[in-house]
Amino acid sequence: MILLPCPYCGPRNVSEFRYVGEVSERPDPNETGVEEWRTFLYTRNNPVGWTTETWFHSAGCRQHLIAERHTMTNEVRASRLPEAQLPEGQEERATGGNVAGDGGGAIY
Amino acid sequence: MRAPGAIKSALGAVMSSVGPYDRNGSTNGHKPYRYSAFDLLRHGFSQADWPRAWRRHDPKSSYDVVVVGGGVHGLATAYYLAKNHGITNVAVLDKGYIGSGGSGRNTAIIRSNYLTPEGIRFYDRSVKLYETLSADLNYNAMFAQRGHLTLAHNDSSLRTMRWRAEVNKLEGVDSEVIGPDEIKKLVPFMDTSEDVRYPILGALYHPPGGIIRHDAVVWGYARGADALGVHIHQNTEVTGIDVTGGKVSGVRTKRGDIATPVVVNCTAGWSTLISDMVGVKMPVSTFPLQAAVTEPVRPFLNPVIVSGTLHVYVSQTDRGELVFGASVDPFTSYSMRGSLEFTEGLAGHVLELMPSLAKMRLLRQWSGLCDMTPDFSPIMGVTPVAGFFVDVGWGTYGFKAGPVSGETMAALIATGKMPDLIAPFSLDRFASGSLMGEKGAAAVGH
Repeated sequence: MILLPCPYCGPRNVSEFRYVGEVSERPDPNETGVEEWRTFLYTRNNPVGWTTETWFHSAGCRQHLIAERHTMTNEVRASRLPEAQLPEGQEERATGGNVAGDGGGAIY
Repeated sequence: MRAPGAIKSALGAVMSSVGPYDRNGSTNGHKPYRYSAFDLLRHGFSQADWPRAWRRHDPKSSYDVVVVGGGVHGLATAYYLAKNHGITNVAVLDKGYIGSGGSGRNTAIIRSNYLTPEGIRFYDRSVKLYETLSADLNYNAMFAQRGHLTLAHNDSSLRTMRWRAEVNKLEGVDSEVIGPDEIKKLVPFMDTSEDVRYPILGALYHPPGGIIRHDAVVWGYARGADALGVHIHQNTEVTGIDVTGGKVSGVRTKRGDIATPVVVNCTAGWSTLISDMVGVKMPVSTFPLQAAVTEPVRPFLNPVIVSGTLHVYVSQTDRGELVFGASVDPFTSYSMRGSLEFTEGLAGHVLELMPSLAKMRLLRQWSGLCDMTPDFSPIMGVTPVAGFFVDVGWGTYGFKAGPVSGETMAALIATGKMPDLIAPFSLDRFASGSLMGEKGAAAVGH
């Protein structure tokens, strides 16, 4: 089992979440060419190590979140709201991977 | 079981004691050795050691072709390069022991009842090669063509089954939709009643499908390639690939540098890491797929049972164990640890199909890495870097394609011409937007 820290709900079982995928920069559809658009659609970095990805808390608060996860150990070191959802004037609302006392953040 | 008889099965058991590890002595002379019934008898009486199936070498400073990945794809590519094209100055590198990746972790199901004509033609050639593999390699791979049933639990999957059956028939593949009565005859233990949560409405029946001993396929190709002069280097991890002027010039490994004009990426799970070494980006995401096996029981299940709706496939090995596979894990990872969610879900789904298995115990579970592509089809052929070939993106269908991938990749490397069978699977299909859409692939949600 892996616990994901949700910025709204705190650490929850990963089975409550839906995996969306790696965070990647979406090109402007009006500016981009076909090839660049298809690269955005299909190509992934697929790294071994830390990766930043989008998850959806489908069985919880039903909000999207950004998590930093290690693809080899499945450890989650941080999660935060996507920038679009941040309240005005607030930089970032982050939840640390290892929340003391509730066993949060990590791993199996 | 087609080719082998009882004696050959016994031979397979004898040979398995050799094991896949890198234990070959270097004194094993380069004399191709043929297994035979007479030899089995002779060894039985004399208790003499069998010759090593393949040898160990020190890496040479250069090879004509270096294959990265010592699974069924890499070894088959090396074997067909040597056998069909006379290119024997070939090295196969593996970071562990041969067959330690997907080739030793799959559920060993062979079939060709896919959905797209390109896919069906490709996998049908593989089934044909598997049918004669034991004889071709002089090594018992224990291919048992027991039939393959894909169950339909709702109208939409029954419609897809009919679609697949018609395309299969057009391509000359034996495949038809059968009803619950015929399913009950083939699998008496299956719950085909109508008052269950997932009633069985019908199934796609594919008689040539079956299971095979996957380790034996790897060892057979290794032995065949070794006898033709291919060097197999185990515990030889690739750390870098040298590119000079847009062309591959060598491979760096933990056991020294090797000069070569041709590198073939035949890895699974690690394919993006190898391609990254030459700067080739690929549309691949790596997901774990878990499988499990029960304690052995008497033979009661002949065909292979697959249910896409319930995300489960079941077959019984010659040894009597039930092998279960499921769908890929819900998120990407390189971790090969099992999870309780998988075991619980799997047990529930299997009991839905065969309630009489309630008292069976699982012996072990494991997982392998699946390189998923956006269209559930492999990526084969050339890349923008001259001399760097890929045979990757094998998702959940790599093992059954091993022989045909080796044959076609060898032809491509030797002749420089793209074989028709793999032309639809090129890397540039993503840039040009001509994706495959293979809905016949197993273990993935559609």
